[in-house]
Parts: sequence; C-alpha cells; structure tokens
Amino acid sequence: MSQEKDYNAILATDCGSTTTKAILIEKRNNEYRLRVRGEAPTTVEAPFEDVTRGVLNAVREVEELSNRDILEGEKIVKPALNEREGIDTYVSTSSAGGGLQMLVVGVVKSMTAESAARAALGAGAIVMETIAVDDGRLPHEKIQLIRHLRPDMILLSGGVDGGTITHVVQMAQIIAAADPKPRFGLTYKLPIIYAGNKDARDEVKKILGDKFDLHIVENIRPRLEEENLIPARNKIHELFMEHVMSQAPGYRKLMDWVDAPIMPTPGAVGLLVHHVAKKRGIDVIGVDIGGATTDIFSVFKGTFNRTVSANLGMSYSISNVLVEAGLANIKRWLPFDIGDADLCNRIKNKMIRPTTIPQTIEELKIEQAIAREALRLAFLHHKTMAVELKGVQRQRTISDVFIQEAAKSLINMMSLALIIGSGGVLSHAPRRVQAAMMLLDAFQPEGITQLAVDSIFMMPHLGVLTTVHERAALEVFDKDCLIRLGTAIAPVGDGKEGEEAVKVELPNQTVTVKFGEINRVPLEEGQKVKVRIIPGRKFDVGNGRGRELITEVGGGVVGLLIDARGRPLKLPEDNTKRKETLVKWFESVDMYPK
Amino acid sequence: MAHAYTPGLQVAERTVIHKERRLPLKGDVLIKEGDTVEAEQIIARAYLPGDVELLNIAGQLGVSGDEIKPYLKKKEGDEVKKGEIIAESKGLFGMFKTQVKSPIDGVIESISFVTGQAILRHPPQEVSIKAYINGTVEKVVPEEGAIIRTVATFIQGIFGIGGEGYGEILPVCSSPDETLTPDLIPETAKGKVIVGGSFVTYEALQRAVEVGATGVVVGGIDADDLRHFLGYDIGVAITGTEKKGITLIVTEGFGRMNMAKKTFELLTKYAGRRASINGATQIRAGVMRPEVIITQEGEAEEPYKGWETGLEVGHLVRIIREPYFGQIGRVVELPPPLEQIETEAHVRILKVKLDDKVVTIPRANVEIIQG
Repeated sequence: MSQEKDYNAILATDCGSTTTKAILIEKRNNEYRLRVRGEAPTTVEAPFEDVTRGVLNAVREVEELSNRDILEGEKIVKPALNEREGIDTYVSTSSAGGGLQMLVVGVVKSMTAESAARAALGAGAIVMETIAVDDGRLPHEKIQLIRHLRPDMILLSGGVDGGTITHVVQMAQIIAAADPKPRFGLTYKLPIIYAGNKDARDEVKKILGDKFDLHIVENIRPRLEEENLIPARNKIHELFMEHVMSQAPGYRKLMDWVDAPIMPTPGAVGLLVHHVAKKRGIDVIGVDIGGATTDIFSVFKGTFNRTVSANLGMSYSISNVLVEAGLANIKRWLPFDIGDADLCNRIKNKMIRPTTIPQTIEELKIEQAIAREALRLAFLHHKTMAVELKGVQRQRTISDVFIQEAAKSLINMMSLALIIGSGGVLSHAPRRVQAAMMLLDAFQPEGITQLAVDSIFMMPHLGVLTTVHERAALEVFDKDCLIRLGTAIAPVGDGKEGEEAVKVELPNQTVTVKFGEINRVPLEEGQKVKVRIIPGRKFDVGNGRGRELITEVGGGVVGLLIDARGRPLKLPEDNTKRKETLVKWFESVDMYPK
Repeated sequence: MAHAYTPGLQVAERTVIHKERRLPLKGDVLIKEGDTVEAEQIIARAYLPGDVELLNIAGQLGVSGDEIKPYLKKKEGDEVKKGEIIAESKGLFGMFKTQVKSPIDGVIESISFVTGQAILRHPPQEVSIKAYINGTVEKVVPEEGAIIRTVATFIQGIFGIGGEGYGEILPVCSSPDETLTPDLIPETAKGKVIVGGSFVTYEALQRAVEVGATGVVVGGIDADDLRHFLGYDIGVAITGTEKKGITLIVTEGFGRMNMAKKTFELLTKYAGRRASINGATQIRAGVMRPEVIITQEGEAEEPYKGWETGLEVGHLVRIIREPYFGQIGRVVELPPPLEQIETEAHVRILKVKLDDKVVTIPRANVEIIQG
C-alpha cells in the first residue's frame, strides 16, 4: 500500500520486449513531475542475456539528460545522498520475453472459466487458452491442447464452495495427464494456482501436488453471485516474480534492485487506470494498441476489466486485423479507391517489415483506417468480457421470460467520462486530431467524453509506482503523462441529413451542428468552460432525448469535437457518397494536410 | 538507441553457419563432437509420452466414482490390450454383467475414486531430428541435440511457408524479373528446389506441388494468391508448420518484386547443387526468416560488416515501403536532424540515388543490401 514517504527522486523502468524505458521523477516545489526519460534496447536475448544491461543503459541516458548521478559503477545509489546524487526509490515493470503467458482452466465456460480468465487478464497475463468442461472439446482434445501449450503458469478454478467437486477434480486429472511443461527451462516445476471449490483442495493436491508447483488460494467464485479475483490475482503476481521472472536472464539481479515487486507491464497499466477511475470517481477506458496486441482496460461502476486481443496489432499482427475485420471494413475509412490486391499486399508487407512507417498521406490514411478497425474489434472483444456475472439467479417478471437472456455488459458509453489512448499509432499520430478521430470512430463514445493520449508510454511506470507512492504516480500522470486532446460531445440518435442535431452554447459563441456532421471548436488545454448543450428532439446527450445538459467541459490540443454523425456511426453505402462524406469530416476537423 | 534502420536479409556466398538442432524433450543424442553429418541423417531421438484417453468407468457401470473399487480387474500401472476388461459389474446371478473394456493398447496411468475415471496412456511415440545441413558436429548438448557447423552459401528470404526440406537447385527463370508460370516447371522438378524470378502465380505453385517439387524460391507473391493456395489467410507471421506439400520462400515481399540480383545470381550459379531449405518465419521476438543453405567446401569469406557500422553514405539499400517500394539505390546523404516528411511526422531520413533521381526516405523504410 502507499506509504507516501517523502521521496524527492524516483526512478522507474519498463523492460519492454524491444526497448527498456527509464523515467526520473523529481519533487520540486512540493510537486512531483517527470524530469527526463531515457531508453535503450532490451537485453534479455543473446548476445547479452541479462536484462539489467538494458536497464543500466537506459538509466545512464537518464543520468546524462538530468545531470543526476544515479549509478555508482553498476549499482543504483539509494537513497539519494543529495539533490544531485542517487534516487530514493526504484520500481520496474516487465513484458520482456513475451510477458506472462497463462493457461486458464475452469468448469463452466461462461462462469468459473470466465472468472478465471478475468483474474489472469487483470493480473496482466496473456491468456493462451481457456479450457472448460463444456468448451465443446472431447477430453482427449483438451489433453492434446494442454500438452502442446507451454504456459508460464496455470490457473485452475471451478465449482462454488460447498458444491460438487467431481468436475473440478476431473479438470485436475486432465491437467495431470497432459503434464504440460513450462515455457522457460526444463528443470523447474510448472506453477499451478488452484482457486476453485475449497472442498476439492485435498483431491486436487493428491492429483497435482507432486508433479507441479501447486499453490492454493481462495475460490475465485465462492458463490455464483460473488467473484473474488484478488487472491488469485495477487498470487499470479507473486509467482510471476518468483518463478517466471527469475527464470529470465538477469531478473534475479533486477529483483534485488527494486523496492516493489516487478509487475507485468499490462498489469501495471491496468492498476493505474483503476486508480485514476477510483480517485476521480469516473468511468474510464484505457487502450494500448501495440505491434502485436491491443489491450483494453475499463473501469465501470468501480469494476475493473482488462482484455488482450492477442492478434490485433499494427505491425506483427496487422494482417490479422485484415483477416478479422475484412477488407471492406478497412476500405470504408479510406477517402480514395484502392485495389484489393494492392491493399492486401501493402498490409502483408507491413507485417513482414514491421518497423517501417508511412511516408505518404495515402499510406498514413491506410494505417489509420486499419487502426480504427483493430481498436473497434478489440473493443468488441472487451465488451464480451466486461459483463455482469453469469449464472446468477435473478428475480424475473413475466415480461423477462420473452427476453433472450444475454450477459449484461458493464460498458456504458454514455457514462464513460475518459478514454486514454496509448501505442504508436495513437501517441505518435502526426496531428493529434488524427488520434482523437481514431478513438471516436472506433469507440463511438456517447454524450460527453474526454479524450487523451499517453504522451511517451509512461503508464506502466506510473502503475507500478502507485504501489509505493500513489501521490507521485497520479501527479505525474495528470501533469506529464497525459496529453489532453479535448472533449467529445456526441449526441446519440439517428436523424435525417441536414437536420439540426445539437446546439452547443459556449461562453462566447453558439455552435449548431447538423446530423451527419462533425465540428471542431478550439478550446485550449487547461481551459474549462461551462456549456449548455441542447440536443434535437430525437437526440440524447445524457439527460434523455431532446433534454438539455449544462456541464463543464475541458479543452485540449484538439479542442471540442461536436460529433453529430450519429450513434451508431453509419457511413453511406454508395461509394462516391462515402468518399465525399469522409473528405467532409476530415476537412471539418482539419485532419490531414491539404 | 537502436539503429534506426532495418538490418537487411543476409545473402552471403561463403559464410559460417552454426545450426542448433534440439529435441522438444530430453532423449538420446546419436552423434558425437567432431562427427561429419549429412543433412538427412537422424542425430537425436526421444520418446514422447503417448496420448491419453479418459475412460469413464463409473459412468459405464452406473455407479458413483467412490463405488468402483470392487469392480476393478486392473490397477494403476497395469498394461492393457485393446478390448481387455478393466472393470466388471457382478451382474444378476452372475449374468447381465457390465464390462468396461480398454479402448486402446497402453498403460493405466491413474484411476480416480472421485470421478470414477481412469486415464489410459498410449505407447510412447518416437520423435527424431535430422542434421538439416551437411557439416560437422561442433558441440553436443547432452540429451537434447547438437550444434552443427558448416561453411555455406546462405540466403535469407523475407517470408516463407512450410518446414525443412532438401533438394537440388533448379532455376527455371532466366532473369530476376521473370514471372514463374506453370509452363516453366518441368516434370523433372520432382524433389527439387525451383528458383523463379519476380513473382509466382497461384497456378505455378499448384504445378510445383503436382510435380512433387521440394520448394519454390521466388521474389514476390500476391497476398491473395497465397491465401488461395493455403486455403486461409495468414494473420500473424508465424509460419513453418503448413502442410501444403511444398516449402515456399519469398525473398523480397508481397506483390511483383524482382528477386535481388545477388540472390538470383547465387541460386543460378549453384544450379544442380543440393540445398537445405526452411520456410519457417517468425517476425516477433527472436526473428526467424526463411533460408536456403548450400554447403560449400573450404573456408568462409570475411563476414559482411556493413550492419555493424550502421547506415553510411555509399551503402546499397532497398526501399521497403511505398512510394518507392522495392527500388534499390545508393545512400547519398544522411542528414542528422529530424526532418518533416509528407505525413508531417518528424523522422530521421536519408537521401537515396535511384536510377534517375534522388529521393528522400525515412530511415526506417530502407534495409541495407550486402555488396
């Protein structure tokens, strides 16, 4: 927990799969601010095979840029000796070596297995596979699958406390029969966390105790109505440190250096998003779109969820975005015609040469079209996971009988107050408005939503820092990490083209936006103004159809985006009309150079 | 920071190759240090524990899991033959017995008195690995495999499908810009590695499979033709396990792309020689590119050092993104400061002299070509 010590200098690193990023935070005038940032290639793989080499190189860059001596030889000087020597605390995250890869096993796919997957994802893991009694696979198929995976760890759950133990024991037998081996090293036992029916513990111990490194924690689903993810999540973090990380080259040394356990990078980002939502009492979505994966974090009504779309990314897995979204969905965001074969070849070429960047505007538009689809699909995936507990008995009225029971999503786009985007395609978009538009088109927020991007991918550092100094983490997050793009005002509803959708009264001007249009109004970063928003009678901005809303909105580098293009956003089916519409939207927000 | 360019693909006439060959699990290594090995020679062998089957004894007997004990005719560790009785109910007056028979030849690994199920294991399966290249055993990794050393012509492709193969090199195109069409592939290409030019059509790939060729090496392929050939689209660049009856190595990229001159010349020069090829590609962490290896006698030449120094004026580079994708030129200028490109992004750039003009390209969009 945060102890809020009076630290003056804090060092944090994130050992990513390609780069190790170090940041130095200093307290000046009673305020924690980012001082400098340094980076160096990660050195987990040959020829170095020692993660601390990359850490030291990144820290040396920080030393040079900050004029602070942090290292004495190859040792971090702690605590600080004075204003120019040493630091007070050091924390780190890691996703090097492919992050934490887990296999999740439960009894009922939509209940205990789903809860277990949520626990693993929330801890920052990549879920390689979810296996359940009712997953449609025959027992021998389950065994085949398990034995071919090489996870870092397994989470086994199943059954409510006091319920039948047969099924969860059966799943334990299947694991024992498959006898999976850990990803790193042939010499240590694969860790398994058992978080199922407490009455089955003895049987599970008998079956798995000898062959595996078995750990038992509280049931993840003690009752159908209750999900208890924290003990399993904590155990995952602990084992990640003790077993997985310690197998990776150089990590034992790094573990001695840090003042808080090394966290998996996405776990730390999730922790930060959770803290921000809790502290401000708002619903938040965070998204990190990388080369291989897209992570989405959400906090709605205080409930945290994370999903990883393992094969939706902008380089290594860009071709999979094409496979999953389909060519037509990517092409619909392009304001020009391009041949199918040409577009497919360009996407595949990016996959095999992932470090290239768009040089022309046309290439940039293609890349941003693909990003919209990757984000949209990842969000769809997230919505299916961020749901209320299934299997809970509810009182039903006669009218409910006729309603197909579907899991109720926790995601409420109207109550969503903040979207934070991260990852190269968003954080490094040449114009910030491009990032804002990608977020708007992919997520389609409703009502009033603030948009921001992570400036230099500092969220992992700040996430792990919340475990030792929450104040410093949140202050830096607020002042240096986020680039506020501005606020979107998006009325929900469908109308006729040209019909007045919304009128926004600002202190010194009134802006009316017609249905099918989007308008950008400058409002500087740091500025906050009171606005009166009057939606058309068929539109809702949060207070119900046609009902006005008076609220305060914040500015940003983009300003206000009054998005009356409708929810759900529809593009004209006619190709010429569609291209014209896109050009109109792009021009009205000044998205691309003329 | 890391070099802001892509260190191109390796294409070398005589270079030293060290190939690590490892079993997926511990086993026996059949060779020793200093041995000379042939590409197709088995060098290590292991036995993979057999697959398992679950047998629901309680379910078949109609009793609960904790009641099966008296009915068992076999115990854990017993070997069983297919059809052999594992459990049997007493029946009524010795009649109407229910028998639970083994569905496989194997061993009873465990019997649970909670679930009433037995786990039966098939006999172990043999797994072996070959040397893959001709060479000498440089080092034995006990119980796991070995490192094989050889001097060879080594050509890396950018993308491939299919696993390891061996075959005689058969160039069928006369220039690196010629398209590989079905009519160019003779019946005699069976077991050989066909070398094409700039492009392979879907029909030519099918023809290569029909004649039983080992592999195809070519400059480019259309993404759509590859999808058609595989029957599905590749989403993530992790390949090598495709079972299409052929190994495909694409040396330049997707679309019509002339095979690099040096690559084409080397493959043509060594026509008729046997090559080891592998289409396996993995672009994430621990990059793996497809390869062609032709073992050579004698010693290696001085290794190419161009990548170690980073980009320099005078280096030959290939542009690897639109708008000049596939073109080759020499670096004429490397301005240090960041410059704004058409997208308005500020990036490090270089100037490259193409045939008729000098163009500005982001450094991230070129790769160094040897020679």
